[in-house]
Amino acid sequence: MGLKDYCFKKSLWLFHFGGASCNNCDIEILDCLTPRFDLERFGMQLVGSIRHADVLLVNGSINRRDKARLIELYHQAPKPVLVVAIGACGCTGGIFAEGNTFAGPVDKIIPVDVYIPGCPPKPEAIIAGIVKLLNKK
Amino acid sequence: MIKDLLYYLIFPGFIFMAVTGGLLAGLDRKLTAWLQFRKGPPLIQPFYDFLKLLLVKETILPARGSIVTFLAAPVFAITGAALSGIMILLPAFNYTSGFSGDIIVIFYLLAIPSFTYILGALAAGNPLASVGASREMKLIISYELTFLLTLAAVIMKAGMTIRINDIIQAQVIQGPFIGSISGILLFIVLIFCIQAKLGLVPFDMAEAETEINHGAFIEYSGSAYAMIKLAKYMMIFILPAFACIILLGGMRVDGIHILWTILKILGIILLITLIRNTNPRVRIDQAMRFFFIWMNLLVIIAIVLILFGL
Repeated sequence: MGLKDYCFKKSLWLFHFGGASCNNCDIEILDCLTPRFDLERFGMQLVGSIRHADVLLVNGSINRRDKARLIELYHQAPKPVLVVAIGACGCTGGIFAEGNTFAGPVDKIIPVDVYIPGCPPKPEAIIAGIVKLLNKK
Repeated sequence: MIKDLLYYLIFPGFIFMAVTGGLLAGLDRKLTAWLQFRKGPPLIQPFYDFLKLLLVKETILPARGSIVTFLAAPVFAITGAALSGIMILLPAFNYTSGFSGDIIVIFYLLAIPSFTYILGALAAGNPLASVGASREMKLIISYELTFLLTLAAVIMKAGMTIRINDIIQAQVIQGPFIGSISGILLFIVLIFCIQAKLGLVPFDMAEAETEINHGAFIEYSGSAYAMIKLAKYMMIFILPAFACIILLGGMRVDGIHILWTILKILGIILLITLIRNTNPRVRIDQAMRFFFIWMNLLVIIAIVLILFGL
């Protein structure tokens, strides 16, 4: 593992994209950054601009309006960028999979690196997913 | 010649400032984490961030906007920070005695990074970046006058000398300036000026990440953003060092004095971090009122006290 990979793994900046979410996954993502779980131990922090992001967190069902925005966001991010699909809606579509406005799960739109299922996933599950992401690369 | 080059590039110069500034920025994040009952990132986290941005990430250029200005602004930010740092640290560590009027030059050089942030933001062609740039401009208008008045008061206290070395010598003879009432007032004002110059929380409206998504830096990515980060790390070391020199009695690096120097810098960083973590972000008009009325009033009181010899 070279210096580049090591530095990249030690400082992942997260950008949060919530689709048509019911806000449960959003709350759990924010939970990971609170004092109890504290993902900043590993150098992860939430950034406001997609230009600074290394990880794109996508949750919620992606409907037809979100689809174009998600693709644009993915192209705006500086590469390399990792994509994490969080929650049942992000991974498969969940209860919205048969819906009229549903535009496909996240991996039909942009390439996904890690799936974290659950409705919503616990913060422990999100941390386990992030660890898998770090070990994968 | 070689010795001068080493001064500028290695020891009190560029590399030393960058490494110390990175460590101090890491300490700032660690202290923030402790204050929020978290464990926090490792102390060398800023180096990981910097190397990641510099080596790994792609740099995206704005489609509509001036690319040359956009990419030149971070370089000028580093240049301004490094030049002001060298002019502060060389007299402080007793390598050269400086020249008459160098405190005025330092005042202008310290303003360069903020101006380059404005230039880069306006060259990015992003509406949120323009909002950030306009806020940064208003912030500069509000704090620069206060900063200049503080320097004027320090110059008066040191017996009308505009040379860093003479100011340090005056403090060696009559004790650090902070030991008097006017010195304490000046120190309070200077801490708030440092806070605004560094863009830390009560005055971080130019890069409010929850409000206008990093404002002035929204379009920066990759190595260009790494350079902006480096300029910010250097400023977080240079400004406390400057406060040390003009009010806390200089920075000596011989014998036991090196411990006092480190403690002075760490104390100022601790103060800045405490202010940052216990205050909300103020609006730009509140910041202008704060500096124009209250801080200027404090400095003027300090100047009057100096005239009476207190």
